[in-house]
Amino acid sequence: MANMAQAIRMALHYAEENLGVTDIFGEDVGAPLGGVFTATQGLKTTWNAPLDERGIIGAAMGIAMAGGRPVAEIQFADYIFNTIDLLKLAGNTCWSTNGDWNLPMVVRTPVGSGIRGSIYHSHSFDAGATRIPGWKIVMPSNPLDAYGLLISACQELDPVMYLEPKALLRVKGDERIPGEPEDDRALSKMIDAPLGDRSAWKAQWPQLEAYAVPIGKGKIVREGRGLTVVSYGRTLPLCVKAAQALAEEGVDAEVIDLRSLWPYDWEMIKASVQKTGRALFVNEDTEVTNFGEHLMRRTVEELFYHLLAAPKLVAGKHVPGIGLADALEMASVPQLADITQAMRTLAAEQP
Amino acid sequence: MSRPRLINRDEASSPPIERELLVRMHDLMIKARVLEERLIQMYKQGHGYFWIGGPGEEAFNVSLGLLMKKGQGPAFDYLHAHYRQSATLLALGEEPIGALRQMKNTASDPYSGGRNFAGHFSAKRLNVAPVTSPIEVQYAIAPGTAMVQKRHGGDGITIVTGGDAGTAEGDFASCLVWSSRPANPLPILIIVTNNKWGISTCSDGQHGETRISDRAKAFNIKSKTIDGNDALTCYAELKEAMEYVRTERKPYFIEAMVSRLYGHSSASGANYVTEEVDCIKQFEARLEKDGVLTRQQMDDVRAKYTEEIAAAARTVRDEPQPSGDSIYNHIYAEKR
Ligand SMILES: Cc1ncc(C[n+]2csc(CCOP(=O)(O)OP(=O)(O)O)c2C)c(N)n1
Repeated sequence: MANMAQAIRMALHYAEENLGVTDIFGEDVGAPLGGVFTATQGLKTTWNAPLDERGIIGAAMGIAMAGGRPVAEIQFADYIFNTIDLLKLAGNTCWSTNGDWNLPMVVRTPVGSGIRGSIYHSHSFDAGATRIPGWKIVMPSNPLDAYGLLISACQELDPVMYLEPKALLRVKGDERIPGEPEDDRALSKMIDAPLGDRSAWKAQWPQLEAYAVPIGKGKIVREGRGLTVVSYGRTLPLCVKAAQALAEEGVDAEVIDLRSLWPYDWEMIKASVQKTGRALFVNEDTEVTNFGEHLMRRTVEELFYHLLAAPKLVAGKHVPGIGLADALEMASVPQLADITQAMRTLAAEQP
Repeated sequence: MSRPRLINRDEASSPPIERELLVRMHDLMIKARVLEERLIQMYKQGHGYFWIGGPGEEAFNVSLGLLMKKGQGPAFDYLHAHYRQSATLLALGEEPIGALRQMKNTASDPYSGGRNFAGHFSAKRLNVAPVTSPIEVQYAIAPGTAMVQKRHGGDGITIVTGGDAGTAEGDFASCLVWSSRPANPLPILIIVTNNKWGISTCSDGQHGETRISDRAKAFNIKSKTIDGNDALTCYAELKEAMEYVRTERKPYFIEAMVSRLYGHSSASGANYVTEEVDCIKQFEARLEKDGVLTRQQMDDVRAKYTEEIAAAARTVRDEPQPSGDSIYNHIYAEKR
């Protein structure tokens, strides 16, 4: 099965062939490297931007204005913060012009911990992104969703923030991307650029099929009746693992992969919490004004009388960065044990 | 009346500007000035919350608008303007009532539906990108439209304008970098209108280069500083610059020295500043001296617009404001 980086690459290939994507660009996105995470190798509309994040977001806006369809990359989300006012602007352009202009553009950026990225290659941006109205925000947790969400993003008429959990970029999926060859090594031969001289190399793309994950729709990854766990990105597989382990203790957790942060699948969360009466929100952005806090607030306001226990949030610690040493990273963002413990406690809590 | 020969700079190198065009320029400059004065009055009478605009920049802005290739899409010119360019919009054919509606924040405001400040134009059908309040962001966006135009072919160009103080922002540097990369030079006319002020901080306190246009030299971008108060110079220099960008598909940089006749905005009182050059007075003196228009004819133009725009303001006064529940409209394109 493809890993997430390959899935992204295939989606971009599909999008430049079929969805009118005109520019896939950012720092080191074009040849010879094809992106620091290899997500843009072998594509035909890639090019290397100057080392200027504001320029990248600005150019994407201009390209979108003039009828192009750009997919811009910010090399690491840690460096997106200096573009915030352009992101604000991209998000408010349609609204502030009363519908005169809209910006069909995608911004991809790798987020989060998990690769010992130290202080400036571990930041999250999910909570930050949700503070910018006018954007749609998605974050896959497996290659197939990564493929399908990117296809959807490239069909949008509005800006889409596509957050890539970098800890999962090299993880293979359980489900095949429609059109992807059976054999992983065959896929790698076809679409992974060789080491060394790449000047003559060309990707051999598989016959990919249209497959879109609609923006705004979550997915119940594991059904259960005892408690609801809502997560996305890197922490999602950890939640599934924890749920599987706890099943042996008699804790029956339902796990929702939110996939889209804006708009998000409230109906799915609501139905699940009404069934289980217990809600745990898990993500790794810092815990103060965390997006999970919004979901908790809404859960309390709208589902209070269905609740059997106080909703819980497991999130990153409110510290300025993630330190390089193993113990520092592990202590800063949710790990399997933290999630398992929170689920166990929540399941056991009695009104 | 003898055929006028009006050209301010190197008289020999440029053909004279035709009488018809001079009259048109004058007409638009007056129209723009009267509009701005009406906007100021509306603000002062409480018919708007904030005024910012371009009285003092008519000579430059009218010339720019007249020279633009107007239309929608990459075959035509894109304008990434700032908030002092009502005269350019009028020269592109916009009617003053739109600006009045924006001042009065009516639902009928064609540029923002009552959401944005005066002077914050947006006109997709004219390739006028939305004017924004954050200073200089337009300089980061403009290379994007220019890239598409270069790929599209034809002679459409991108034009970006902003103030001198704003050149301290990183977006300005972005624009110079992105426009002039040897591997991909862009058809973009980069403009700075230099009125020597930020809000109250004068240029001495803002930047140390002798001329802002000197910054373009470091990027091998052709550049010039021009007298933006002289309509004839503006027209001729812009024409030359735009022709260069159109045909060479390379950037060009113009710094235009302009006046700020009513101060920064309503935040600084919006009162007429007598010590600055008034481009309209200067142009009119010239037109009169050269026999293009008589004082009476010029006064008539002003009277005509004063009346027309006052009538438009009365119309706007009775138009409804947007309703509060419209805040969720147009967050996304599909919610049209
Ligand atoms: C990014 C940003 N910072 C501050 C302001 C507040 N502000 C509005 S106008 C202005 C001065 C702009 O001066 P200049 O760029 O020379 O343009 P001018 O208004 O003189 O034409 C400032 C500081 C702003 N609008 N945007």
